[in-house]
Amino acid sequence: MIQVLYFARLRDRLGTAGEEIADPPATLGELADSLAARGDDWAEAFGGKVLMAVNQEMADRGTPLSDGDEVGFFPPVTGG
Amino acid sequence: MKVRISVQTAPFDLAEEMSRLTGGDVGIGGVASFVGLVRARNRVGEREAEISTLTLEHYPGMTEKALGRIVDTARERWPLQGVTVIHRVGELQLGDPIVLVLTASAHRRAAFESCEFIMDILKTEAPFWKKERLPDGSERWVDARESDGAAAARWLTSP
Repeated sequence: MIQVLYFARLRDRLGTAGEEIADPPATLGELADSLAARGDDWAEAFGGKVLMAVNQEMADRGTPLSDGDEVGFFPPVTGG
Repeated sequence: MKVRISVQTAPFDLAEEMSRLTGGDVGIGGVASFVGLVRARNRVGEREAEISTLTLEHYPGMTEKALGRIVDTARERWPLQGVTVIHRVGELQLGDPIVLVLTASAHRRAAFESCEFIMDILKTEAPFWKKERLPDGSERWVDARESDGAAAARWLTSP
């Protein structure tokens, strides 16, 4: 079981702030691909530039996933 | 070495933060400060518009970690005696302060450079997102700027 969180434009597009996924794939990239395959809104949300974090650290498609991980997907940041 | 990092909805007071940073440390020779404000006009893509309010969202937990790492990197790079980073979230009005960075050092160069470094890296690595509301009531997410990426990248190449 992992916790997946969506932020900002991504969350608005998907209509959800997050979810739990019971049987996640081995890597972050595979997770992103499986989410993008859920439908049009998902494909669009994951079609642009999406940043990824695992356990609140920036990560990339090759980052492995483990039980209990917190995954975050979000657009490029615009603070400051 | 004083480090203060805060993500908050409340406004901050520059004078109060200055005294908190420098109080009792007479080895400090200078403090550089940057205060970011909500600007009335902004451009998103091709469209420049007057905005009415700005809402800042963040990734609680990760934001504080990211800011902590940025400050740690600055401390490794410059001889600093204190750093304060305060970033506001929630709904802000035109002219409101958004972000405060204070860097204290024995000499000005370290203070100036590290203050700019922290802002440049914060803008590309700390998980904050701005959403603008326009006078007609519509809302739009602010896009990341390429110039911000370039500003952050130059610190990776310069000695």
